[in-house]
Amino acid sequence: MIKLSINGSEYQLDVAPDTPLLWAIRDHAKLTGTKFGCGSALCGACTVHLDGQPIRSCSTPVSIAEGKNVTTIEGIGETKEGQVIQEVWDDVVQCGYCQSGQIMSAAALLKGNPNPSDTDIDNAMTGNVCRCNTYHRVRKGIHAAAKKLS
Amino acid sequence: MNEIRTINRRDFLKFGLAAGTGLALGFHIPAQASESTATTATANATFSPNAFLYINADNTVTVISKHLEMGQGAYTGLATIVAEELDAAWGQVKVVGAPADHKRYNNLFWGPAQGTGGSTAIANSWMQLRQAGAAARSMLVSAAAEQWKVPAAEITVQDGKVSHGDQSTTFGELIEAANKQAVPAEPKLKDPAQFRLIGKKLPRKDTNGKVNGTAQFTQDVQLPDMLTAVVKHPPLFGATVKSVDDTVARKIAGVEDVITIPSGVAVVAQDFWTAKKARDVLEIEWDDSKAFKLSTDDIFNQFSELLNGKGAVARDDGDAVAELEKAEQVITADYRFPYLAHAAMEPLNCVIHYRGDEAEVWNGEQMHTLDQAMVAGVFGLQPEKVTINMLYAGGSFGRRANTKSDYLVETAHIAKALKKQVPVKLVWTREDDMQAGWYRPANMHRLSATLDEDGMPKAWQHQLVGQSIIKGTPFEPAMIKNGVDHTSVEGANNLPYQIPNLYVDTRSPEFGIPVQWWRSVGSTHTAYSTETFIDELATKAGKDPVEYRLALLKDHPRHAAVLKLAAEKANWGSDVAEGKGRGVAVHESFKSYVAMVADVSVDGNSFKVDKVVIAVDCGVAVNPDIVKAQMEGGMGFGLAMILNSEITLDKGRVVQSNYHDYLVTRMSDMPDVEVHIVPSAEAPTGVGEPATPVIAPAVANALAAATGKRFYNLPVRQV
Ligand code: FES
Ligand code: FES
Repeated sequence: MIKLSINGSEYQLDVAPDTPLLWAIRDHAKLTGTKFGCGSALCGACTVHLDGQPIRSCSTPVSIAEGKNVTTIEGIGETKEGQVIQEVWDDVVQCGYCQSGQIMSAAALLKGNPNPSDTDIDNAMTGNVCRCNTYHRVRKGIHAAAKKLS
Repeated sequence: MNEIRTINRRDFLKFGLAAGTGLALGFHIPAQASESTATTATANATFSPNAFLYINADNTVTVISKHLEMGQGAYTGLATIVAEELDAAWGQVKVVGAPADHKRYNNLFWGPAQGTGGSTAIANSWMQLRQAGAAARSMLVSAAAEQWKVPAAEITVQDGKVSHGDQSTTFGELIEAANKQAVPAEPKLKDPAQFRLIGKKLPRKDTNGKVNGTAQFTQDVQLPDMLTAVVKHPPLFGATVKSVDDTVARKIAGVEDVITIPSGVAVVAQDFWTAKKARDVLEIEWDDSKAFKLSTDDIFNQFSELLNGKGAVARDDGDAVAELEKAEQVITADYRFPYLAHAAMEPLNCVIHYRGDEAEVWNGEQMHTLDQAMVAGVFGLQPEKVTINMLYAGGSFGRRANTKSDYLVETAHIAKALKKQVPVKLVWTREDDMQAGWYRPANMHRLSATLDEDGMPKAWQHQLVGQSIIKGTPFEPAMIKNGVDHTSVEGANNLPYQIPNLYVDTRSPEFGIPVQWWRSVGSTHTAYSTETFIDELATKAGKDPVEYRLALLKDHPRHAAVLKLAAEKANWGSDVAEGKGRGVAVHESFKSYVAMVADVSVDGNSFKVDKVVIAVDCGVAVNPDIVKAQMEGGMGFGLAMILNSEITLDKGRVVQSNYHDYLVTRMSDMPDVEVHIVPSAEAPTGVGEPATPVIAPAVANALAAATGKRFYNLPVRQV
């Protein structure tokens, strides 16, 4: 049994300690907003926050998250960055599959850097693949959220 | 997720009558409608005038989408058309996905098949949904006229409100009375000048769930007792299972079964990670005696030889061959295009629950009726015994519209072999997805031309070679004519430039690599070769590339208009700094016209695309912001073709496996982009694909302007 705190709720999950956090969240905690894209820390679809820091949950064993606070897309709206990003994100979305990860990365970026430049955005977001290529609007969305937050 | 609705006999008669009017409105609402978010429609107190919408007492208007929402905004666009003619308020409109139904939900451009592709969702539905909305509106108006005892002509409808003088009511309050009205044979459609929703930026209907994690993709389906399956596919195309040792795999707690199926060996377990771990310890011996074992170079060598021989003729104006033979100077170039993977963000997956005498599918469903028939075939059922729940797809770019229903059939084989009849979810890893084939076919083109005294093309010969996507599929009779697969030559055989002698032919060798349509299909390669070659001819003639094209486009005003618009907005002709280059391309695909001007910077061997200005003519822009999003996204998708995407084979083995070696456009590659839409009253045409083929030639032409070099092999990677 592994004890996890996800979005402020406690979960007791019957998973092997080497199970990636992603699959513990998706298949066992049944929170499916966090997405599987590559399984190898190459696409960012599975991004969650561990004690506020963005990590790739597909490549993080669940055991590492024990005793820490996991925040997923289902809970990010409780933070001020997450809430504002969700408010301004309407025009960004296409298929939506990468967007949980985009939003989690963007929220972490804005928390550490309330007024990012395009280069800051490129650096922080280039690990998040979007095959619909919404990048131009992700960039605009982050600027809009930054403005709203300030 | 499902709703079961009962239609009484009277309704059947009425709807049957409606179907007889030739409106193509269908009979009635579906027995099962599914969507990616919960539906609240109830069986009673509903007004359902046709197959495309119903209105509930709570005043919600539910539009039934026969097309898949895979990112291109189909749900929003289709709902906009219905809401427009219905005069509904945008806020009261919801969208659900239609089930598979060859009687009501066929793609009107495809004959008897339901499916989403070829950028046709809006285009084929345009009149159908306008009529559906208008018919409903007219019945609501008649109902109000009856209640208020006033002439129907005096009643107005706006934003979901039905009014006469100071009386007013809602759709929801009228449903009972509306149900008693006759379905109009020919509902009056709006004058486009009266459109209130079409042409406006309306919020998409699918965004909420997609920003808070509640949207349901196939990957997210959770059903009672559901198991998860992963499949070990053969390492070579065409190899089969010889023997399996699953002793270790079966010992892993949570593993339910290991099953040999036609496409490999499936491990079925309680959850994904358990199944994946068990798959990793399977010992499989493969029979590769019939497998495909060539490498990329072998394939291109064969292509090269084939180009020296004859092809099937796709266009022959004048006598290009003779003109080229007697010409003093012939300009010629060979182009190479690699295999490409779709690599949508959601790796392929599918859920099937087989219950013996029927089956239920949950899928990002792109080819309803074909998939339904193929899945039914595995179970030995009639197609209508297979229910399909269409969920959101996390991208597709053509991949989910597989001509053999590959991953659905695979799931069906697993579901059929299960000891217990429980739902099973097939999950492909990224590696499975990337190495399973069904690529954009590799191609080689040879272009040859000669110029007249004024430097204008006198003869143009375009020879192509590449696998046929259509051969051996159910689409063959409709799409292969005289040995020419339309999808191999589109964009080449309809070259818009006025050239007196124009010849196009193609060859379709057969290889064991499965190939498939990839966003914009034939245009992915034909736009590149034609638009870089015409640019090269302009340079040879010493003429401005925009002026040169315009001179050849006199009979093609829509091409010319987008080209002029893009050039004007990009300040074509203004100075370009040292180390920078500006290039242009224009192309029609799926009846939409797109021109792009790309600005690039070159630094040593590397280059970056700084800015792209896009002009598009897609007829009426139903939702201009979605049109823009598709132009931006389609451009970004196509950009990877010139930057870095490539699938290669090493003795039959696919070399690339994940995003570290199959590179795609990322945030840091994405240029600044500007989109301009040509105002138009023409019927709407597609926007999902037409931007994709235009960017690579525009960038290549910009690179040529900056470096003086031409690029014939994709991806270019470095200058
Ligand atoms: S799924 Fe974790 S980075 Fe791609
Ligand atoms: S929105 Fe489709 S992958 Fe990003």
